[in-house]
Amino acid sequence: MNGDHHVILRVVAKALIPIIALFGFYVHFHGEYSPGGGFQAGVILAVSIILYSLIFGIAPTMRAVTPGFARAVAAFGFLLYTGVGVVALIRGGNFLDYDALIRDEPGGHLGQHVGIIVIELGVLFAVAGSMVTIFYAFAGRVSEIRDEDW
Amino acid sequence: MVEFVLERGNYWAIIGLMMIGLYIAFAATNLIKRLVGLGLFQTSIILFYTSLSRISGGTAPILYGKDYKSSYEDKDSHGETAANGAEYAGEAATDAAYGYTNAGLENVYSNPLPHVLMLTAIVVGVATLAVGLAIIVRIREAYGTVESDEIREMDLQVALAEAQDEADELSLASGATRG
Amino acid sequence: MSGYEGSDLFIALLNITLLSILFVIAIAIARLRSLFAIVMLSGIYSLVSATWFVALDAVDVAFTEASVGAGISTALFLGAMLLTSRTAKAEEGITKIVPLLVVIATGAMLVYASIDLPAFGDPNSPANTHVGVEYLERTKPEIAIPNVVTAVLASYRGFDTLGEVGVVFAAGLAVVLLLGFGERSLGATVRQKDREIDTNANPGGEDER
Repeated sequence: MNGDHHVILRVVAKALIPIIALFGFYVHFHGEYSPGGGFQAGVILAVSIILYSLIFGIAPTMRAVTPGFARAVAAFGFLLYTGVGVVALIRGGNFLDYDALIRDEPGGHLGQHVGIIVIELGVLFAVAGSMVTIFYAFAGRVSEIRDEDW
Repeated sequence: MVEFVLERGNYWAIIGLMMIGLYIAFAATNLIKRLVGLGLFQTSIILFYTSLSRISGGTAPILYGKDYKSSYEDKDSHGETAANGAEYAGEAATDAAYGYTNAGLENVYSNPLPHVLMLTAIVVGVATLAVGLAIIVRIREAYGTVESDEIREMDLQVALAEAQDEADELSLASGATRG
Repeated sequence: MSGYEGSDLFIALLNITLLSILFVIAIAIARLRSLFAIVMLSGIYSLVSATWFVALDAVDVAFTEASVGAGISTALFLGAMLLTSRTAKAEEGITKIVPLLVVIATGAMLVYASIDLPAFGDPNSPANTHVGVEYLERTKPEIAIPNVVTAVLASYRGFDTLGEVGVVFAAGLAVVLLLGFGERSLGATVRQKDREIDTNANPGGEDER
């Protein structure tokens, strides 16, 4: 990764990667109104990190997003999802009963909206963290095929 | 007859794709190519489910127009879920009477349930694919190859050698007792 | 529904085009031996099927397939390929004939079973009349969000999705347990030991790597 032959790729990627990450969050928060949701947003966020590591090398990526952090995010996402269910239990509803989350006037759906956004956030964290962890596990190994052999 | 074929041509094409994937998974000796074949098979099954959920003249299952707006307009008149339930029952009865599926809604939407199931199937598919690839990487490190017939050959050699060793030990032991 | 006669023809043409592209790609994957080409073609297969999902009104599935099937799984395949091999051995003789016979038999049985299936796009098929319609009608008064797929995924079947997230998390853990946390790999340590043995065997020799 020392040549100047990737200069166009690097310049374009530098501009694109933040937009890809931003698009991931857009997909998440618009999941109620348009196609998308936590799964797709998590995958898109993971893709932006994977794209960075493909172009700038695995070592700088692992310094920016450490493998431990990726693992912690995955675990946190799963716990966030379960936590919403437990909070609903504590507030007197069934497990994952979002209507119990927020006491609203009858006919209101604030609990549903909040519940869906939060559990989708849990899905986003879990999927993005798991995918980045999986990618690190593969990319962290020393490859048998050198760059020139392609 | 032509209409019958046209209505089911999609299914047959998808079955063809599925069988190509199955063939790759069976015939390829390279383990990575096998996983690609399994991926093809899985994508074809997802195609099959989604094509079952399509309704001609329908659109994507995202409520629009009057179907969604009215929920804001008569927000004040909400609150009696029992009345809502009765409303559903009445609508279901009219549906049955007219043989028309989306009677409660202004627009026709395709069936959302297969979409949900297939959406999660895709994500779980990539997770299991990652586990499969990790196992293949470990196989490569243990055997030095990812061709299944070579791996089987090596396993056979090892098993034969072990059997030979055991036989030798047995004959040695029996020789010792005899001597 | 009136006004859809023209679009029916258009959708039929779209179906035929996309399905024939899928067939060409699938047969190419079956015949090729270069793993790089196979992996790239499988990514293209996912992308074309995502296009077909849009034509089938399954926009959420299309989005997932495009991002997961064509994005992540291609990257994972390339990462695994880098650690294993670049070409597949050609299958020959008995390994070619027997799977072909099995596949033809299975396909014939499936086609025979498909005769009983409801027609493509039939609004009155059993799958499309009961619970799917129920979800469509109840989402507005009960959840009040427009995307029915998200409503079913996150609210009606929230427990299902929780299990799904658990599977993804467990798969991440399994990969980490199999391959390590992305630190130094087994192969590198083995090669390091080999090099040490080499330098011990001939102490004067310069090692180029």
